[in-house]
Amino acid sequence: MDWGATDVTVRFGRTVALEEVSIKATKATVTAVVGGDGAGKSTLLRCVAGALAPGSGTIARPEAHRIGYLPPGQGGYEDLSVTENLQFVLSAYNIHRELDDYLERSGLAGVRTRLAGHLSGGMRRKLGVIAALLPEPELAVLDEPTTGVDPVSRADMWWLIARAAAGGAAVLLATTYLEEAARAERVLVLDAGRPLVAGPPGEVVAAMPGAIVPVPDEPADQSERRRAWRRAGGWRVWQPDGHGGLTPDLQDAVCVAAINRELSDAG
Amino acid sequence: MLAMIVKEFRQLRRDRRTLAMMIVMPVLLLVVLGYAASFDVSSIPVAAAGPHAAAALRGPFTVVATNPHPDAGWARNQLRDGNAGVAVVGAGNNAKVLVDGTQLFTAQAAERALANTKAKTNQDPAVQILYNPGLKTSFVMIPGLAGVILVFVGTVVTSLGVVRERQAGTLEQLAVMPLRPADVYLGKIAPYFGVAVADLAIVLAVGTSVFGVPFRGSAAVFGLGALLFVFVTLGLGVLISSVSQTQGQAIQLAIMTLLPQVLLSGLIFPLSSIVAGVRWIAYLLPLTYFTEISRGVMLRAEPIGALWQPFLYLTLLGVAITGLATLRFRAFLSPKES
Repeated sequence: MDWGATDVTVRFGRTVALEEVSIKATKATVTAVVGGDGAGKSTLLRCVAGALAPGSGTIARPEAHRIGYLPPGQGGYEDLSVTENLQFVLSAYNIHRELDDYLERSGLAGVRTRLAGHLSGGMRRKLGVIAALLPEPELAVLDEPTTGVDPVSRADMWWLIARAAAGGAAVLLATTYLEEAARAERVLVLDAGRPLVAGPPGEVVAAMPGAIVPVPDEPADQSERRRAWRRAGGWRVWQPDGHGGLTPDLQDAVCVAAINRELSDAG
Repeated sequence: MLAMIVKEFRQLRRDRRTLAMMIVMPVLLLVVLGYAASFDVSSIPVAAAGPHAAAALRGPFTVVATNPHPDAGWARNQLRDGNAGVAVVGAGNNAKVLVDGTQLFTAQAAERALANTKAKTNQDPAVQILYNPGLKTSFVMIPGLAGVILVFVGTVVTSLGVVRERQAGTLEQLAVMPLRPADVYLGKIAPYFGVAVADLAIVLAVGTSVFGVPFRGSAAVFGLGALLFVFVTLGLGVLISSVSQTQGQAIQLAIMTLLPQVLLSGLIFPLSSIVAGVRWIAYLLPLTYFTEISRGVMLRAEPIGALWQPFLYLTLLGVAITGLATLRFRAFLSPKES
């Protein structure tokens, strides 16, 4: 069974936060929602998790006891210890799990008695991820689990996420890191509440039109400058009708999609 | 420094509730203390037992209940049940005047008026002060203070509980978890309920052992009243919490409900001394009814039958406030409509 959202629109007053966005979270896979600040990632995840009712569109999700949800910026109750936070989750879901494995693998075993409020930012986020995955949910909705987390902790978290997916969970996560999104089976890139590109990362890259040419400096030509972006100490320019050039990755493909939309919107 | 001043003004301008409180509170206090706060007793309710029993009284006495027979038991019951502040049994020099010592300012006014009566009529009836013969302030205050402490724990502390979840971002997680709103609501207030009950027990223990305040009535009636009262204060706490965005706002609102209760419930100023234009507020405050119950039960051994009115009003307030709090809380936990 696939979970997710179909043609979901969300408005906050006059602001359109999401406009006819669809996403599918499939069993035993990781689906990533990518976008900049205010793109609508959290709004979409809140809708799928059940924290927000969309204005229109449909949501498919399992029953509450089969959902694990990590809200943005969440890392447990700061006045409860690591173990107490996880025990609360076990009790709320009415389940029994051995915590040692989770704590050992996430590097939290040594701080199990420490208050969550006294953990570093990365450790708190890890605690939040563990809390969301502990019920072994059918659908795990994780809002920016790795934002602000050091590379080692990110690797730990991805191990936890991959293990959840390997166990059969449909993992839907939001991230601002494209290299992280490239590890997902499917990716949805949002831009100002609208889908920019969607699909398996490889297909998104393969579907990119034109070619990318590296240049050392910012192009002087006005038309080229609108199709250029800074990357890896230099600049890259998208040639819509070009061939060859650099082998693009997901980040290049997303930049091209964003430029393409901007040019189309500008007429 | 100018940068700080400008920043503070900008923040204050956006924190409308604090701004409103800074403007409304002084006005409220001025009105309450100016018009409502008075220790002067202008009318003393009298129960007269026997023919012409109250005829000789001079001063602010108002007969509110009469009995054609000089029945001392009836007269005592009138004081016990709070129907009168003074009871007169018989007439002339054989008259006996009973004064309710739990109505401190009324009793003091009655003493002065009886001395005046004696000087004017040359009659010297026997005066007996019941329930609080020494007219001790602690006897009157401690039963009421128990209520103030329950308001503090029930409303002020509880109001922080829910809003803390909202500020920490954990409320959204609770909303998605397999917990019913009733589980979250009851789970939230149960610990505070326990603390409130423990606080009440401590206050009563200290009040009776250290200050010698008597506990003459039924513990069950008192317990029932306290239970109802805690029920109302906890509901008020959750209600405040559900309409506040921050813990600061919750505290402000909680204090705005605490202050009128302390000033207008009859705890400090006699209800009869509060001007009618402000007194109606007192009848909307739960502490008014709890103070009536706690003083009645502890000091006068008032039975539940005589306390039906405060029990009824406390129940109505409890149903209304808890109902509203539950609705707000349920909406709080439900998915927000976009």
